[in-house]
Amino acid sequence: MSQLVVPTMAEMTAKGETPEVLFWVGCSGSFDDRAKKITRTMAQLLTKAKVKFAVLGTEEACTGDPAKRAGNEFLFQMQAFTNIQVLNAYNVKKVVTTCPHCFNTLKNEYPELGGNYEVMHHTELLQILLNDGRLSVAGGKFKGKKITYHDACYLGRANDVYEAPRDLIAKLDSEFVEMKRSRAKGLCCGAGGAQMWKEPEKGNKDINIERTEDALEVSPDIIATGCPYCNTMLTDGVKNKNKEGQVKVFDLAELVAQASDL
Amino acid sequence: MQYLPNVLFAVLLAVTAVLFAKQASKIRRNILLGRDLDRSDNPKLRWKTMFMVALGQSKMVKRPVAGLLHIVVYAGFVIINIEVIEILIDGLFSTHRVLLFMGAFYDFLIGSFEILAILVLVACLIFLIRRNVLKIKRFWSREMTSWPRSDANLILITEVLLMSAFLLMNASDSILQERMVEHFSKAGAFPISSFFVPLFDGMSTDSLIFMERFCWWFHIVGIFAFINYLPISKHFHIILAFPNVYYSNLEKLGRFSNIGAVTNEVKLMMDPTATPPPADGAPQTFGAKDIQDLTWKSIMDGYTCTECGRCSAVCPANQTGKLLSPRKIMMDVRDRAEEVGKNIDKHGKDFNDGKMLVNDYITAEELWACTTCNACTDACPVNNDPLAVIVELRRYLVMEKSEAPKELNNMFTNIENNGAPWQFPMSDRLNWAKEEQ
Repeated sequence: MSQLVVPTMAEMTAKGETPEVLFWVGCSGSFDDRAKKITRTMAQLLTKAKVKFAVLGTEEACTGDPAKRAGNEFLFQMQAFTNIQVLNAYNVKKVVTTCPHCFNTLKNEYPELGGNYEVMHHTELLQILLNDGRLSVAGGKFKGKKITYHDACYLGRANDVYEAPRDLIAKLDSEFVEMKRSRAKGLCCGAGGAQMWKEPEKGNKDINIERTEDALEVSPDIIATGCPYCNTMLTDGVKNKNKEGQVKVFDLAELVAQASDL
Repeated sequence: MQYLPNVLFAVLLAVTAVLFAKQASKIRRNILLGRDLDRSDNPKLRWKTMFMVALGQSKMVKRPVAGLLHIVVYAGFVIINIEVIEILIDGLFSTHRVLLFMGAFYDFLIGSFEILAILVLVACLIFLIRRNVLKIKRFWSREMTSWPRSDANLILITEVLLMSAFLLMNASDSILQERMVEHFSKAGAFPISSFFVPLFDGMSTDSLIFMERFCWWFHIVGIFAFINYLPISKHFHIILAFPNVYYSNLEKLGRFSNIGAVTNEVKLMMDPTATPPPADGAPQTFGAKDIQDLTWKSIMDGYTCTECGRCSAVCPANQTGKLLSPRKIMMDVRDRAEEVGKNIDKHGKDFNDGKMLVNDYITAEELWACTTCNACTDACPVNNDPLAVIVELRRYLVMEKSEAPKELNNMFTNIENNGAPWQFPMSDRLNWAKEEQ
């Protein structure tokens, strides 16, 4: 495989170039080992589709999402203004991100603070690239495989993005099976609202186990997600059920990459 | 003497109207204790949403059994109330079935009312069975203490009684019509009450007149009483559902409000040369500790909540045994608003009872269990937003009290120090690009 070349905005600007789209990597995508794989895969897909993209690299900082959901509005707005200064300085117009939380914050909460960008979730961009023929998937890779999809709250209910992820799975020529609770009725993985960083309150079950049971009920080969946190929570859930041999949790970008022979 | 019933009727009607206006104005005042919020934008979409969600019950039918039964009761309630217009005129002017000049259309109306009445009656009985015999889980959870359960049963029993009185009134009336008793002119169609006729056919004319009059008075006095029961009951949703849906949040559910006061402070911190905007009035609490810090819309949510529990049934925290229940959040907002309102009535505007919404009603444990997933707001048939309240109370705990859970404080510190919720330096943010797949 060829060496991954990831240009930063600083480098591009120095060369007097403008990217087609800024790839917002997010904290999970930058630091979490599992999520970093998804980030690399996305960068490879963008490269393969000849999308002229750039990342902020060391100039990127947390959007402030977990702080805001936890009630720390000060910290959120500090992050937001810092990021907006950087993004506006580079005159960024279009952003794509693999994290629904970054997606929601950039898209819905930054405009009022002076950050106006066209923000896309990576499944939406991948859908466009496939439709435009800039990417292609070879059939057969997932033939006979049963795939179910877990709706991330901040992509689905929060922003009504239900079709793009499902369309990607449909293009994979696999057997798609919907969980009993899906789309607007989809159950949270348990990580949103800053739960990712704390132990759950006292109860009789962990939310990710409840959701994993929803997924296992339809006996899939693959659980597809579009969110690094959902990915972590469901991977843990599958492990907890001792099913990691049979059921794999993948990001949709990874599935598209596998089908494009990346 | 002859005018006694009319006078009595007029007095009852006036008392009903005055009492209701008084109670409703208190609720209005309590709602307006909340902070300002501008929801006057986009009237076209607001009317449309109200038409779909409140009038059209579009979210009710997502649970088809309860949804369809509810539509029966709702349609029955609205349509049968046309009959109340006639009752009001008859009551005030001693007429009997004053609208019968409409002829065949009148027969059609009365016939339809009867069919609706029996449907409402059956639906209410099914609702009573669901609550008390089948004991459906969402009607028996922790916050459904004895008053909320009794409230629901009282409403259903009242509707059963009102509908029964209506049908029995028609049954006795139709017999009196057959007997050509003076005053009981031939009018109306009785597709349902005719089945009850054999039960009363043997009664004397005097007894039948008494029964007809008794049912007539029971029906209308029952309605008068019920109108004034509404403001202390969850049943108030039949009125507030409409404005509540009209003023509901039209933004994407993921968009949380940005606090303007924080924006000003953060701007000052980032640019010390900036001039602070003129302060207007007392500094605002960050977040909410009590109902006065919530928006008026959140308080209206509380008064509109009909305790159906659809929010809590879909809440991931509630389903996995945590204390959090979005329905309880809404009920607590209403109960606290009522308490604050009563304090104002008794002790004046500035009375402080030493209690707050947070801690005294809603505990930190409940608040921190929320994943902000928006399942509750999506499920609510009257577009309530329990999440808005949860976030405001969290803001208070974090920004005014510094009482976030320890792990979350660590997360905040990491974001402050190194721009990520974990302890990784910003300089490592691009390492992923250099690592092997």
